[in-house]
Amino acid sequence: MKIGVLALQGAVAEHIRSIEAAGGEAVAVKRVEQLDELDGLIIPGGESTTIGKLMRKYDFLDAIRQFSADGKPIFGTCAGLIVLAKRIEGQEEAHLELMDMTVARNAFGRQRESFETDLPVKGIDEPVRAVFIRAPLIKEVAPEVDVLSTYNGEIVTARQGHLLASSYHPELTDDYALHAYFLRMAKEAASVKR
Amino acid sequence: METGTFRVKRGMAEMQKGGVIMDVMNAEQAKIAEAAGATAVMALERVPSDIRATGGVARMADPTILEEVMKVTTIPVMAKARIGHFVEAKVLEALGADYIDESEVLTPADEVFHIDKRDFTVPFVCGAKDLGEALRRIQEGAAMLRTKGEPGTGNIVEAVRHLRLINGQIRKVQNLSKDELYAEAKNLGVSYDLLLGVHESGKLPVVNFAAGGVATPSDAALMMHLGADGVFVGSGIFKSDNPEKFARAIVEATTHYQDYKLIAEVSKNLGTPMKGIEISKLDATQRMQDRGW
Repeated sequence: MKIGVLALQGAVAEHIRSIEAAGGEAVAVKRVEQLDELDGLIIPGGESTTIGKLMRKYDFLDAIRQFSADGKPIFGTCAGLIVLAKRIEGQEEAHLELMDMTVARNAFGRQRESFETDLPVKGIDEPVRAVFIRAPLIKEVAPEVDVLSTYNGEIVTARQGHLLASSYHPELTDDYALHAYFLRMAKEAASVKR
Repeated sequence: METGTFRVKRGMAEMQKGGVIMDVMNAEQAKIAEAAGATAVMALERVPSDIRATGGVARMADPTILEEVMKVTTIPVMAKARIGHFVEAKVLEALGADYIDESEVLTPADEVFHIDKRDFTVPFVCGAKDLGEALRRIQEGAAMLRTKGEPGTGNIVEAVRHLRLINGQIRKVQNLSKDELYAEAKNLGVSYDLLLGVHESGKLPVVNFAAGGVATPSDAALMMHLGADGVFVGSGIFKSDNPEKFARAIVEATTHYQDYKLIAEVSKNLGTPMKGIEISKLDATQRMQDRGW
């Protein structure tokens, strides 16, 4: 499976390393033409305002929406989760508006409130080591969105069909379970298409 | 649940990669920086070029500046403390700064000891002009590095020198045999374990940004080519003719540092960049990079 990591800004190398460790092939994506050759796309952590601006500037919004419409899986972590959401609290405009959920940015507070913890995730055997950095939360989801994990009663991992989102950074640890999970999603999507 | 782990601190810097961190002096500039696509802002009372011009002792900014900037932005806000001034740093942490820069731009408060950065929940970024300095700061707990360059000059030459030197030293350490690392650790004044990490990985264990003299989109792209993970722009933006345009252009050139047509496009009609200073015209007392050890 060939997975692209959107490389406009943020923690790109860590996702590439994690995908490769989980048995996939990974490339950094800087131009829309590169999307054609991919089986799945990761939108990494970074600053969602910066990533959102650069996506608009380089015509990624429509291209990624088409990528999603083709049934190809997308995984957003932290800023990537914000970019995927239909609604962002306190902002009129969202970005890709693909996942039917409302998210809150910086929901835990400032950097001093950032933390890591072991997090059970539905569909993954062992708890995932989850690193939350100025992390967002999923405040509301539509019925078709499956909640995969919560932290203190708040949603931090969710899946809607071929779309996956986490508030935290699985790519900052040596735990590749979530990347392996995403690779399985990409395999399933590819086999349906054939 | 654990806060302030090295992974959480370092991870915060990883999220800044490929981004531009801009110096701002008030809420209005912070809004311009965020709108231009900055990944973080550095809240300051004076930008380095003004510190140079005014002289005297440069200290931590008035807390109201930090509060004002935090109020209007959703991106991380960094702030500077003097080298060794752990009380200024504790004050910045209490105020909610997301990252503290123990910075040679301010007048050092301690000529022997840097801040024990492990003693904080918030992460630190520090300047380095060679591998020894870089690893000593990491040993003290810094979770992010930047070149020192020569701040407030608008002259990229020192940042280039520092990044090339660090890269060269890393290559050298990689090529040493393991039994030669002990002596090299002594030469560099760093711990053997950190040096062994560099020997094995061929890179620094934390993110390293370029800083000190970035004035144009091409300067930013040059530093990215040399291996910087991102760019700090101090005086370069708000001392230029058209800060908004300059800020946007530097953000785009940093993302697409290999796309020269794009850099050409964003560099058009930017107006006058900040007035620069020839480094050889600075006398020894004006060289900020020589502060710290």
